[in-house]
Amino acid sequence: MDFYLATLVQGLCFSGIALGIYISMKIFNIPDITTDGSYTLGGAFTGVLLLHNQPTYVVLPVVILAGATAGAITGIIHTKLKINALLAGILVMTALYSINLKLMGRSNLPLNGIPDLFTLLNLVKDPNQNTFCILLLFVVIVTLIIGYLLKTDFGIAMRATGNSESMIRALGVNTDRMKITGLAIANALTAVSGYLITQFQGFADISMGIGIVIVGLGSVIIAEAFINWFRISSVWLSLVLVISGAVIFQFVLAFTLSIGIDATMLKLVTAVFVLLIVSLPRLSFKNSA
Amino acid sequence: MISINNVHKVFNKGKANQVNAVNGISLEIKAGEFVVIVGSNGSGKTTLLNLLSGSVIPTSGTISIDGTEVTNLPDYRRSQWIARVFQNPLSGTASDLSILDNFRLAAIRTKPKGLKIGVDDAFKKQVRQNIATLGMGLENKVEQPMGTLSGGQRQALTLLMSVMDDCKILLLDEPTAALDPRSADVVMKTADKLIHDFKLTAILITHNLKEAYNYGNRIIQMGEGLVLKDIDAHKKAKLQQNDLFDWFG
Repeated sequence: MDFYLATLVQGLCFSGIALGIYISMKIFNIPDITTDGSYTLGGAFTGVLLLHNQPTYVVLPVVILAGATAGAITGIIHTKLKINALLAGILVMTALYSINLKLMGRSNLPLNGIPDLFTLLNLVKDPNQNTFCILLLFVVIVTLIIGYLLKTDFGIAMRATGNSESMIRALGVNTDRMKITGLAIANALTAVSGYLITQFQGFADISMGIGIVIVGLGSVIIAEAFINWFRISSVWLSLVLVISGAVIFQFVLAFTLSIGIDATMLKLVTAVFVLLIVSLPRLSFKNSA
Repeated sequence: MISINNVHKVFNKGKANQVNAVNGISLEIKAGEFVVIVGSNGSGKTTLLNLLSGSVIPTSGTISIDGTEVTNLPDYRRSQWIARVFQNPLSGTASDLSILDNFRLAAIRTKPKGLKIGVDDAFKKQVRQNIATLGMGLENKVEQPMGTLSGGQRQALTLLMSVMDDCKILLLDEPTAALDPRSADVVMKTADKLIHDFKLTAILITHNLKEAYNYGNRIIQMGEGLVLKDIDAHKKAKLQQNDLFDWFG
């Protein structure tokens, strides 16, 4: 596949994580590290079920349910046992490593020649472009669902929960239940990213999720820069920017690789890049003040 | 309307920092009463209000609202009767949400928050009309985030939000403490008007003795977690402002 098309497709695959982190971090103000585990969980279920000849449209609801369960457990630990959200996420992530390994049976599951999401439909002749078209359609549908959800009464209550807890409780919302639901949705989206990437790469791997939360964070932070810059308040535009953030993030990484930086340095480059986008606005504000 | 029966609240029981915030208060508040509570810091006023709203659950004693016992009911379930205005303007509204979205949530305070889009043109029109009654010129800014407004504007909107849905009891916890005198005046007048128009049962906590004197038809002084004075409408009318100052002398 063409290098830049592959990058674009990879970016779109990560839009699930980006939307998930947008919900947990931006809407609920919860730093959710469950992501690393639930992403691999999505990948593991996809690998195992596809190898057992389950069609990809059966795999998807299973993956969504598995991710949602992982998120809900983090949410329950955080709200009911009053444990710091970061620690709750780390606990679930750690536990998921064993579960994922048990599920997969071994550390890597290759899926060569097995029919998947990207062979389900033939929209365009060229298989690579076909992959892109299917993925784009998929991401558009997911975005429409999440966008609609955030516009509903339930969605407004969700957004208010992370914003002013005292207010939303006074307005009759059980904030504990809302946070559990929110983390379930966020991790379901993350697991969907694992589902997409596994089929795109053609394998599931136990270490695929290590440090993946930074991809989501990076995407959201890039989106946030634009949101603050242009003072965007539209929910739809915010979601589109979050997904664009995921794509931009992959292009930056692809560019780093293409100029000949050692692939083992990729995580370092990622960390530095995220640090840069977080710190640049602050540094420039300081100078102007 | 509200019946408080020998309620105690102890924080950090048995520890070195134990606080006996409320020490056996019994109160009957009738429908339509506008009760003003005064008292020095640490007298248990805010704890009493939080016990009513359900943010704090009593150590012993019972609380009933409208004939239903609510002693152990959490705050989000008491919202079917109670609307609240907080001391901090940031607590009563969600900064990042638009004025419209804030009002939408207030309009379904007693109802479940479901999967349908409730902010439509008819709703926008209704919110604009309501906000226009404040005379602050905010009716054309309903799409703006709440965070762009001043504290006084936010408190006034919080008040309006409380009557967007069926409301029986309004709890006001020092609503003007963070405001300048002019905004405070607007907020208190709005509150008084809404309490009158919607026939609400209201409880106001204030440190401002002028407000305590001007508003309400019953005044209670608290101290050490107990009711020190309880003055009904008839006697309150005869009260002089200086008498109130003497209570704190």
